[in-house]
Amino acid sequence: MGIELLIFKSILVLVVFTITLTIAAYSTYGERKIAAFLQDRIGPNRAGPFGIFQPVADGGKMFLKEEIIPADASAFLFVLGPSLAMLTALMTGVVIPWGDTLTLNGVEYSLQITDLNIGVLYIFGVVSFGVYGIMIGGWSSNNKFSLLGAIRASAQMISYELAMGLSIVALIMTTGTLSIKEIVDQQATWHWNILYQPLGFLIFMICAFAECNRAPFDLAECETELVGGYHTEYSSMKLGFYLFAEYINMFISSALMASLYFGGYNFPFMNSLGLDQNMVTILGTVVFFGKVFFFIFFFMWIRWTIPRFRYDQLMRLGWQSLIPLAILNILLTGIFTMREELKNWLFN
Amino acid sequence: MQLTNRSKVVSNKKMSFAEKLYLPAIVKGLAITMSHFFRKPATISYPEEQRYIAPVWRGKHVLKRDANGAENCTACGLCAVACPAEAITMTAAERKPGEEHMYREEKYAAVYEINMLRCIFCGLCEEACPKEAIFLTPELVPSYLNRDEFIYGKDKLVEPIDKRVDITQRQKHLVEKKQ
Amino acid sequence: MVEYIFYALSVICIACALLVVFSKNPIHSVLYLILAFFAIAGHYVLLNAQFLAVVHIIVYAGAIMVLFLFVIMLLNLNAETEPHKNMLTKIMATVSGGLLLVTLVGSFRAAGQVEMVNLDNSNIGTIENLGKVLFNDFLLPFEISSVLFLSAMIGAVILGKKQLS
Repeated sequence: MGIELLIFKSILVLVVFTITLTIAAYSTYGERKIAAFLQDRIGPNRAGPFGIFQPVADGGKMFLKEEIIPADASAFLFVLGPSLAMLTALMTGVVIPWGDTLTLNGVEYSLQITDLNIGVLYIFGVVSFGVYGIMIGGWSSNNKFSLLGAIRASAQMISYELAMGLSIVALIMTTGTLSIKEIVDQQATWHWNILYQPLGFLIFMICAFAECNRAPFDLAECETELVGGYHTEYSSMKLGFYLFAEYINMFISSALMASLYFGGYNFPFMNSLGLDQNMVTILGTVVFFGKVFFFIFFFMWIRWTIPRFRYDQLMRLGWQSLIPLAILNILLTGIFTMREELKNWLFN
Repeated sequence: MQLTNRSKVVSNKKMSFAEKLYLPAIVKGLAITMSHFFRKPATISYPEEQRYIAPVWRGKHVLKRDANGAENCTACGLCAVACPAEAITMTAAERKPGEEHMYREEKYAAVYEINMLRCIFCGLCEEACPKEAIFLTPELVPSYLNRDEFIYGKDKLVEPIDKRVDITQRQKHLVEKKQ
Repeated sequence: MVEYIFYALSVICIACALLVVFSKNPIHSVLYLILAFFAIAGHYVLLNAQFLAVVHIIVYAGAIMVLFLFVIMLLNLNAETEPHKNMLTKIMATVSGGLLLVTLVGSFRAAGQVEMVNLDNSNIGTIENLGKVLFNDFLLPFEISSVLFLSAMIGAVILGKKQLS
């Protein structure tokens, strides 16, 4: 590995880190603004013009608040919980291709931090590990509501991980690779996977909502039943970490949906504009973020439209609807990819 | 017996397949929220913008002074008797020589208290007052952290000499009402 | 470099495995076990088997251990509820544990010096190669194990189903 590549990658890591945190911070602002607009209100508008400094004010408040660790809580695990939530939320950004390659001084640099040949599985590994942050936090608080929230969250995440994995299996069957970069490159111009995997995308999206603990699947923290759910006992920046991790997860799942099903940084007519490669790359990154923002908006739009599920409804949807549907999707995909062989086998 | 025709008959019949999918209903819901996205917000940004308050709106009380700056109130107690919420208490005192510029008549209210938590802002006190001493203004009673602070004494009720409260609208309204 | 990482991971792995046994609190045991699994996943990565490493994390750390933790949380086991063991049980446990140690040490001595395998092919653990091996050389065991999973699934469904009397 050349020193230039190392420097470039370090800068890229820093940039992705900063962008992720900024977007997560501004998602809180966006969430409140969008909620307000959907409910005929104005939303935060006091901190700076249109309230754009609201996230700064919120963050400052979080940092300055008193830090409380309950007397009966196990202090180490109590701190470990939010740290794990934040860690797993930030780890997934590594394999997402934020753009195509940039050519600087004749050297090609990929706008992806690392192209793992098992990128999709890596994300699954990290996501399946993400539940520990919630479970440890909920258990170590030594509080009935926190424990119930943690148990709900873990049961929900295990249930929906299955359907999510199965929906991805169908996608992998059509693409034939586990590297996200290759999956994105296969979707050049307008050959987006959503055209081939509409059912798979629907299942994936519903599961992504559930994995992020977002409404209508926010049973782990539903205020009406569990006070605050798994973060009832948390205050100060530890609570902030949990909330932040949720928004980062939302951003990463949006990025994942955009790259797996909506072509990532590809956009129609990208090769017929007559621009040079670097321009196309930059434009592609802009388009990619446009798609990501659309999905973030969609997440919020759903949250302020659909009421929360009841717990038995959630489990029934996960186990009795989404998993059979995902298996059906795998079958259909298999038949579709093997259609030539099937035709030969049936008619000869 | 049917009182209105707005009642809806609820049925628990089995849902059809399309209804069980929920997706059409979800799309419909999304369309409804999206239509609200572009609607004008109903919010009024309070300190900058204020809702229209009618001139006869009944808010915080004021104890008036006459043209010379002497208090109108004679502590007759009619307002306290008229008050349905029993929010008004007062203690009368006799005016001493040399205080003519402070109190209009020989008797005055040494203590005059209105409990704003009890007051229902009905305006019966100003109707009962024979001396045109008490009036309700369109001003709001603010909120406080302690209950004691809601008991308004003379320091808060009597209008300052240099900052008279205009109650002509209210007076006109009362005159019309009494006729 | 690889050797140092190997030793570091091994130390972490063994230390965590010991802590799983020694910690009083079952939740702490599970958490140490998760750390041990991560160390093992690190070993897989050292052997160029990234696919196995990730699957190991997804299946063991991500699913099975979550279920463990889930059950322990539901039962609310902690240091106080641990049943008191009498002297006889403790002696029996020590003896059987010692016997197991003797057997292990004996078998390692019998196996002799293990040669360090140097992997020339860095693509040996990729998903393509693994798939080819699984579906060519080991097709029958692979399919039979899937039948095993199916039977386990059916068993779980039967257990979970309400009794229709």
